[in-house]
Formats: sequence, structure tokens, C-alpha cells
Amino acid sequence: MSQKNRFKNGAAQELTLMVDGASCSSCVMKIENSLKAVSGVDNASMNFADRTVTVSGSASSAELINAVKAAGYSASLQSADSDDELLDEKERSDEAYYKRLIREMAIALGLGVPLMLYGLIGGDMNVGTSLERMAWLAVGILTLGVMVFSGKHFYVGAWHSFRNHSANMDTLIALGTGTAWLYSMAVVTAPTIFPEMARHVYFEATAMIIGLINLGLALELKARGRTSEAIKRLIGLQPKTARVVRDGDEVDIDIKDVQLDDIVRVRPGEKIPVDGKITEGNTTIDESMLTGEPMPVEKQVGDTVSAGTINKNGSFLFKAEKVGKNTVLAQIIGMVKRAQNSKPPIGRMADVISSYFVPVVMIIAVISALVWLNFGPQPTVAFAIISATTVLIIACPCALGLATPMSVMVGVGKAAEAGVLIRNGEALQTASKITAMVLDKTGTITEGAPAVTDIVTTGDRGEEEILRLAASLEAGSEHPLALAIVESAQKRDIKQSKISGFEAISGHGVKATLDGMELLFGNQALMKENSVAIDEHIDRAQSLANEAKTPMYFAVDKKLQAIIAVADPLKKDSVAAIKRLHRQGIKVIMLTGDNRDTAKAVARQAGVEDYFAEVLPDQKADKIKELQAQGEIVGMSGDGINDAPALALANVGFAIGTGTDVAIESADITLMRGSLHGLADAIAISKATLRNIKQNLFGAFIYNVAGVPIAAGLLYPFIGVLLNPVIAGAAMAFSSLTVVTNANRLRLFKASTH
Amino acid sequence: MLIINIAGFALIALIIWWFWLYKPKEQTLTDSDIVIKVENGVYQPSRLKIAADKPTTLYFQRLDPSPCAETVLFPGLEISAVLSLEEKVGIDIPALAAGRYPFHCQMQMYKGELHVQ
Repeated sequence: MSQKNRFKNGAAQELTLMVDGASCSSCVMKIENSLKAVSGVDNASMNFADRTVTVSGSASSAELINAVKAAGYSASLQSADSDDELLDEKERSDEAYYKRLIREMAIALGLGVPLMLYGLIGGDMNVGTSLERMAWLAVGILTLGVMVFSGKHFYVGAWHSFRNHSANMDTLIALGTGTAWLYSMAVVTAPTIFPEMARHVYFEATAMIIGLINLGLALELKARGRTSEAIKRLIGLQPKTARVVRDGDEVDIDIKDVQLDDIVRVRPGEKIPVDGKITEGNTTIDESMLTGEPMPVEKQVGDTVSAGTINKNGSFLFKAEKVGKNTVLAQIIGMVKRAQNSKPPIGRMADVISSYFVPVVMIIAVISALVWLNFGPQPTVAFAIISATTVLIIACPCALGLATPMSVMVGVGKAAEAGVLIRNGEALQTASKITAMVLDKTGTITEGAPAVTDIVTTGDRGEEEILRLAASLEAGSEHPLALAIVESAQKRDIKQSKISGFEAISGHGVKATLDGMELLFGNQALMKENSVAIDEHIDRAQSLANEAKTPMYFAVDKKLQAIIAVADPLKKDSVAAIKRLHRQGIKVIMLTGDNRDTAKAVARQAGVEDYFAEVLPDQKADKIKELQAQGEIVGMSGDGINDAPALALANVGFAIGTGTDVAIESADITLMRGSLHGLADAIAISKATLRNIKQNLFGAFIYNVAGVPIAAGLLYPFIGVLLNPVIAGAAMAFSSLTVVTNANRLRLFKASTH
Repeated sequence: MLIINIAGFALIALIIWWFWLYKPKEQTLTDSDIVIKVENGVYQPSRLKIAADKPTTLYFQRLDPSPCAETVLFPGLEISAVLSLEEKVGIDIPALAAGRYPFHCQMQMYKGELHVQ
């Protein structure tokens, strides 16, 4: 939904809009003219091939988009930069920022560490003689230098936030270190206004805190970089050039210049640059990076290929059908990016808390200082300053704020690597709680392509002859079972003959005439109606049904010739995947339109305990409602097209794709490969991510809930301990680093072996 | 001591008023491209008034290299965008019903609000 655009500096700008709805090249003129009519537009030029229009001038993009809409199309802003350019730029700016933080940290610790060591080995940190005053004044000025050089961003940030009536981490650090420095300078410049015991300086705390927090930020920056590894890998999949056939020659061109309908050459070992259809040659392609499917896929003329996948052995040509932002890879990247930035409901509480957090901590710091001043031991003012400073420094809103987004970032990326595309944080959270998984039988548990499994001959004709006659008869039918018979004949190179008088008897079968023979193909009822004797073969048919096959009778001139059984075989890993779902504590339920016997047999084969048989397509949603009424949190998986209402009604809808040919964004979670293992992977990753978020939130809450009162001096009356502000600074700096590091542990997550 | 205590409580009252009770002025967004600067812990301007039922484009320019400022999220609209350093980034906001729509960085340190009316 969000689109980005880079502007040239100054009032004149160039921006690119993506236009939808332009179906013919005559639209180009209309769109260009409508844009040129907008005041401030200098030029508008449309590239029909990739449906983009580049506009220069000073008009705002909102005006331009409205103008395109008024012309009858829709438009949105498009990034002028490719993802990998943006990524490079980000890496460069992050690296520069990292170096700056390390430099600032080194300067601050360069002063803070020797001062702290001096205090630790028993050096006098109090101001007594005038020589000590002079020395501490020099140290105070040096500390001010550190504050300006290494901590300027905290103070400037705090000041701007304050003026804007908001408060953040900068506010706390600036107030904490500023209080320690101001108090110390007051002691140095006017020691007599303080009781003798309170003439202590805290310059080392100021320098150490600034140094440690800069160190924490630098380490956090590095750790954050690792959280986006998955998206970097996806972005890195797209090659930078493509070898295109132009005027009979093959030339290497920039990927951005590939046009629709270009013929592209791909050699063995190369990455496929854009989406398209093979026009010449055949090969095997490794699609694992997009689908998670480890086995390479065989491709021939007419098959689709996707950008980012790797050609294994053959050299082939293909016609570009989707380029730029329209490739499956680009859509996956877009979806993963959006999902990585969305927040599951579990994170909302932390958001509410962090919006009140900083002012509350400031109030606690004031109360703490007042309590020490009123009830504390001597020197009360020193205790008050230490406790207020420590409270301000130890509180860490960042850990709370980072807890959820960092885990979502890594979890969603990890899922994408396994071919699981999670739409948003809410889907992620709900998937982790699923108690019942409804699987559509055809195409989900099974291959979705029925095939002939048995031909039991009962007359004097052989298998081939039966198949020839049956296929000739069924060629006119559109039933999936008929298709299985026709395909079976084609595989054996059996030629069909011309039939006449074709008639389909709804729900029963078909009949026709061929060379004067009356052909009849269908179920038991059809045979009985036509007086075909089948009684002695009913047991055989029943035993086929018990094996999850659909038996049908074939008769010629009212004499039974064969029982032909058709079955939709289970996907080879369905049983193992269903076992994994069971191990995850999920009840698995199969939905099918098949009769009860076949449904029972398929369920038994697949290892599914519950099934709903004879379910009409429009009843699927009712079954989901039924389960929800029983208190189940229901996941439903289907092909995303016929099952749309049921998918929408389920708590989490899973669209199961076949390879890269899948409508992304059609469900809460899209599985790029057809295997049911994708479901188990999706649930395992969701559970792991939610567990990680909970650990982070728990850690961040406990840290703040325990840290702030200890810093305020709660333990002092009992064990006489008051926290050192330097320790508070270190704890604060490393608390958010801990959150990011814990989120990074998710990168090691492996879906169980399959 | 009394004066110090009174000063302390006054400070608490000031914190509550300044950070919670005071409502800063809103800036009306017209088509004359306001660029929201992302710098020093604040969006500037951070409170924007926009017209209801009309798509708008908001422009952000991030000047703060810290990763906190990198992402801007509109949680109610399911919109998010990564702000590249120093670039002006346009974000399409669809036509919205009247109401208040907050936006913020990932950690909610940077905060702003769209007031649609």
C-alpha cells in the first residue's frame, strides 16, 4: 500500500506513477494528456510495457494520482529506486552511523574509564582543597567536551522532543547525565553550599553513561542488520542483467530495461531475471528460494518461470510476461516488507505503556529525590541526586518498544524463507493459537488430479480396448473423473474413436454409440436402470471403494466389460505433514464432496481422525462456523479460489499454492508450495515467534519494573545498597541489545525435518 | 524543605501538563507539499490536519541516521514505509473517514497524528 518515491532536490521533481487499468496503447495518450493538464506538470511520458508514467514538474503526487483517476484509471506512486539500490544505500548510511557511534563511545569511555578506575582504587572523588577544586573543574570541563562531542544527539534530541511536548529515550539520558554533571559542577564551583559529606562529583558517571549507551546503540545497530537478513536475501535473488534477444542477437541489458514480450535467454546455472513462459528448450529449475520446495522442477515449452529462481542444466528462451514490480518475487518482497512492519495484537499493550512511559519515569525520579531529601540519611542531597539520576538512566523504553517488532521482523522473514508468506502480525499471532485445522481434500491432501488406478476386466475385451472405448465415450464429458480416463488413454497412446448420440445422465454417468455398439459408463444405479448384470462384481467394486478409490462400471451392449477405478492419490508427504500437525496438538479435519465410504478411506490413508463427507462447496463455510461454535480456533486451507468464503471465515485462512503460480495476498497466510508441510512450518514459526515476543516483552517489563524501584533506592532500607548510575547506564544500554539479540535467535529456527 | 517539596510537586504537575494535557497546534496539510522532517526524536510537524474522503500524499524526510527513525508506521491503516536517509519519501494515504490516525516509528519514540476532518 505504501509507495515510495525519490525526489530530485528543488521545486522541480520527477516521479513515477504505476498505472492500473491501462489495457491498450491508446490509453497512453489519454493518461499523458490528463497529467499534462495538471498545473505545474512540465512533461508526462508513459511506458505502456511496464504500466508506469514518469512525470516531471512541481505538481504533487496526490494531484497527479487524482488526474489519472479522473481519466478512468488508477495510479499509485512507484519507487524510482530498485530494492537493492535502497538496500545498498541503507547499508552505507548504517555503516557511517555505526562508525560515528563507535568514535563517540571511544572518546566518552576514554575519559570515563580512567575516572571510574581512579574512584575504584580508592581515589578521592570529593571536593576538599582548592587544588582538588581546580583539578575537578578541569575534569568537569573535559566531561562537558565529551557531552558535546559524544552526547550531543541526546541533548539536541531531548530539547526538540521537549519543545514538541513529547519525551523519549533522549530525554531520559539527557536529564540523567545532565543532572549528574550539573550537580558535580555545583559542588566544584560552590562547595560550601553543600554539607561536607555531599561534596562528591559524578563526572565519571556522565562520561561512562554516554559511552556505554553509544556502545549499546552501535551493537544494536549491527544486531538489527541481522534481523533483516531474510529480506536482503530475497532482494539479492534478482539478477542485475538479462540476456535478451534483440534483432536476432543476444545482448546483455540492465534488468530495468527488460520489456514485456522480450525474448530472454537463460543458460545453465543462471538466475531467471523476470517472470515469463518458456518458448524454446527445456530444463530443470530450482525454485526453492521462492517456494521452499527443495526438489528442482522440470520445465518445458509453455511452462512458467519466475524471477530469482535458478536454471539448473538446460539452456532455454522465454517470453517476458511480468517485469519490475509485477514479478512474483517483487510481490513476495513487498508482502514480506509490509508484514515485517505490522504488529500483532500482543504488542499493543507494550505500545500503550511506552506512550506513557517516559513522563512516568520522570515523575518517579522526582518523587524518589523528594523521598530521599525528606527521609533519607545524610548527605540527603547526594542520595537524592544519585537516585534521581539512576532512575532516569536505568529506565529503558527502547527495550519495550523493540520487543515485538524485532521478533516479527525475524519471524516473518524466516517464514518467507520456508515459502510461507504471512500477511500481517495478526495472522502470525492467530496462527500460533490454532486448535483445529480444516483441510480441503482435493488438491490439498491429494494431488487434485484424479488418475485411473485399476481396470478390472469382466468380459472378453482387453484393457487397451476397454480404455479406447471408455476414453472415446468420456472425451465429450467435462467431469474430472472422465478427464482421468482420457488422460490414461493418452498416456498409453491409445487413439479415440468418434462416437454418436452422447448423453450425460446427471449424477449417474454417460452413454453413447460407437460403431453400432451401445456404450454405458457410470455408477451402480446407471447399470441397474439399464439392466446390466453387476451383482457378482459388487464386492470387488466395494473393496476398491474401501481403498479410497472411486469405482465405475463400463458396459458394452448391456454386458459389463470392466470396473474402472479412479483415485486422486495423496500427495507424497501429506501423511507425514498431518502427523506433524497432530504433534503440534492440532486436530485435523478433512472436508470433501466425496461419499462417506471414499471419504472414510481417504481419511484413514491420510491419518486424519475427523472428516466431513458429501460437503457441497457452499457448505464449507458452515462447517467452519460449526467448529468455531465448539470453541475451536480454526485454520482452513484450500486453493484460495473455490474456498474463498470458508478461508475468509476461518480464524486463519491458508492458501496453498502450486509452485510460484499462486495468487499472493489471497489469504492470511500463503504457502508457496503445495505440500502440507507448509502448514506445519507456518504454525511452528508462528509459535516460535510468539514465544520469542513473549520472552522479549516479559524481559523488558521485568527489567523496568524491577530496575526502576531498585534505582530509586527501594533496597537501601533493607540491605543498604543504592545502585551506581554507571551500572544503570550499562544495564540500560544492554537491555535493548538483549531484546534484539533474542529476536535474532529466531534466525536459527528450523522447522522440524521433513 | 517545604519549598523544595512544593517545587517537586510543581515539577510533577508541570510534567503532567506539558507531556499529557497540553495539545499542540495542528498544521493543516494542503496540496502545497509539507515535508515532515524526521530529526532529533520528533516528526516536525507532527500533528497534521487533512481533509476527509480525499487521498493524500505525505512526504517524509529522515535526517536522523539512527535506525529508530527508519520506519514510519500508520497502524490503523496498515501502512508502513522505510525512510531512506535524507531522501524525501512520499506515502500515499487513501481517502479516510474523519477521525484521528496516529503514526509513529517502530518503538513509538517518534510520534505524530493525522487529524482527518
